[in-house]
Amino acid sequence: MGEMRLIEAVRQGLREELAADSSVFLIGQDIGVNGGVFRVTDGLLDEFGPERVIDSPLAESGMVGVAIGAAMNGLRPVVEVQFADFIFPAFNQIVSEAARMYYRTNGDYSVPIVIRAPYGGGVRGGLYHSQSVEAYFAHVPGLKVVVPSNPHDAKGLLKAAIRDNNPVLFFEHKLAYNTVQGDVPEGNYTVPIGKAAVRREGQQLSLISYGLSVHHCLEAAETLAAEGISCEVVDLRSVSPLDTETLLESVKKTGRVCIVHEDNLTGGVGAEVAAIVAKDAFEYLDAPVQRVAALDVPSFPYSPTLEDALLPGPPDIISAARELAAY
Amino acid sequence: MLANDGAHRFSDRLSDSGLDGADAQRVYRYMLLARAISEKSWLLTRQGRVLFSMPCDGQEAADVASAHALDTANDFIVPYARSLGAMLVKGMTTQEVMLNMFGKAADPNGGGRQMPMHWGYKQLGIISMGSSVGTTIPRASGVALASKLKGQNAVTMVYFGEGSASEGDFHEGLAFAGVHRLPVVFFCTNNGWATSVPVNLQSAEPQIAKRAEGYGFPGITVDGLDPLAVYQAVREAVARARSGGGPSLVEATTIRMMPHSSSDDHLRYRTPEELAAERELDPLPRFRDILLSAELLDDESDQALRDAVDQEVESAIEFADAAPFPAPESALNGVYAP
Repeated sequence: MGEMRLIEAVRQGLREELAADSSVFLIGQDIGVNGGVFRVTDGLLDEFGPERVIDSPLAESGMVGVAIGAAMNGLRPVVEVQFADFIFPAFNQIVSEAARMYYRTNGDYSVPIVIRAPYGGGVRGGLYHSQSVEAYFAHVPGLKVVVPSNPHDAKGLLKAAIRDNNPVLFFEHKLAYNTVQGDVPEGNYTVPIGKAAVRREGQQLSLISYGLSVHHCLEAAETLAAEGISCEVVDLRSVSPLDTETLLESVKKTGRVCIVHEDNLTGGVGAEVAAIVAKDAFEYLDAPVQRVAALDVPSFPYSPTLEDALLPGPPDIISAARELAAY
Repeated sequence: MLANDGAHRFSDRLSDSGLDGADAQRVYRYMLLARAISEKSWLLTRQGRVLFSMPCDGQEAADVASAHALDTANDFIVPYARSLGAMLVKGMTTQEVMLNMFGKAADPNGGGRQMPMHWGYKQLGIISMGSSVGTTIPRASGVALASKLKGQNAVTMVYFGEGSASEGDFHEGLAFAGVHRLPVVFFCTNNGWATSVPVNLQSAEPQIAKRAEGYGFPGITVDGLDPLAVYQAVREAVARARSGGGPSLVEATTIRMMPHSSSDDHLRYRTPEELAAERELDPLPRFRDILLSAELLDDESDQALRDAVDQEVESAIEFADAAPFPAPESALNGVYAP
């Protein structure tokens, strides 16, 4: 075990998979000599050489298209999209090609690629370096979408994603890279895609979240505990496929549920979770399903006063939880 | 051009191109077969027995001769919907084509999940295509990148029309292949039409091959109605790719004798006179005349060949029509790979 930052856990996961499997290679912008703009791939070019750590032209669609082709010829590419905000030029390649290749070829061709991208706000990144994009991809059958909240899961889920035979979107909160630390076991372990984790046991209310927002939920739960409101915190870890069993189990126990994400409200992962809860845990509910999410603006604006007005955080969770508890 | 250049000059051109007489006969047979399948498929759509078709009439010389320049057992093809001739050369049987046309369970291109003429056949090294044209171009660079990284002695050839060359993926795929000097041949069939939009509305420079210079590798335009010219150009491009010399862009100028698809009416944007004039350029009778004058074919053997091809297509239609559809309960299978 070693205590490390989330960014180091991602790097360690990449390094171990590159070392273990010669079919794994990395492709992305600035990932070579620069080590990535966040330094996730720092040192990997020196260790594995330019054939396995490829600095791509500034062309997201081409980069993902190349990765799909390489995967169809037996390799396991890991693509880094520099910011999740810049994934949209590759949307067609991901949704129209990677996601449906296995289905449309009736199981002949699979596309084992991982597309990593830093997401999320709170870093004054403005409209184009702050977005959460998971909901666009969670909608698409054939894709898996993973959002780790801590270093242990980041490494374990990344290794599982690289070994998975399907296209996996892997979103890393850029604020979490250096602010979230935790124990990471040495060597070979994976965290299964599609399995949630209960981060805090509680009795009265379920806070269901993923990514950096899990930490906001844990912080809020601490405050709420002091007020006598016992919160359970469920970390989805994968938003597609969803671990409906674990989230329903929690909701059935507590009878009150608040879904928390940094992505904006409408059409977000919270809407899907709410629909699942409404259908399969309706008679267990003691209060309406709540959602805490970013307000419906295009993305977080640059000025601190504006971004702070829109970013959901512990105070929003606390007030939603108080309302739920009092219902 | 091929017209009436006489038997002697033809035999010179044949040896220049690297083909022998048997190769020329083989190319002719596949051209005939592609045409027969295309024509029959069109009729099947008119009869309502098949729901969609994309005719390749006019493009057979380009598709067949280009694929003939590959090592068909080891090289990869990334096709588009009009690449029927190349599919046949790569080893897809007429029965398999018809299973695809009818959307049957045994269709090796996707078990009835894909629309007709949306090719992809792993065992034959045919990389699956969808309907979103141009996405195949960086994909081909990726297949070739994997060949390079694995030390696999294979060339990848991607087929697309001049309309697809307007997609951003064209630029991105060629740029990447150029940087990494990948073993890939970009084969553009320029028939002048992207459905109803003429090439002069795609670009102010209608010669697609010129763009290769911008990516740092050779580009060449050839007469796509002349199988020898196509074969010669592609053979050179394939040899360059295989020897580590990097990619090439080969543009074959062709004609589109039929509408874009069975859902299109080309008389909305082309005149009957124009179409009749284009039909005069049909590569099939021109190649037949050449083979006749070179004594690689006579009227009798030509007729026998046509009869055999027609019989092959008819029996494949019968076979595919009688084959089972996929089971409805299989519609949910295979969303995710295990």
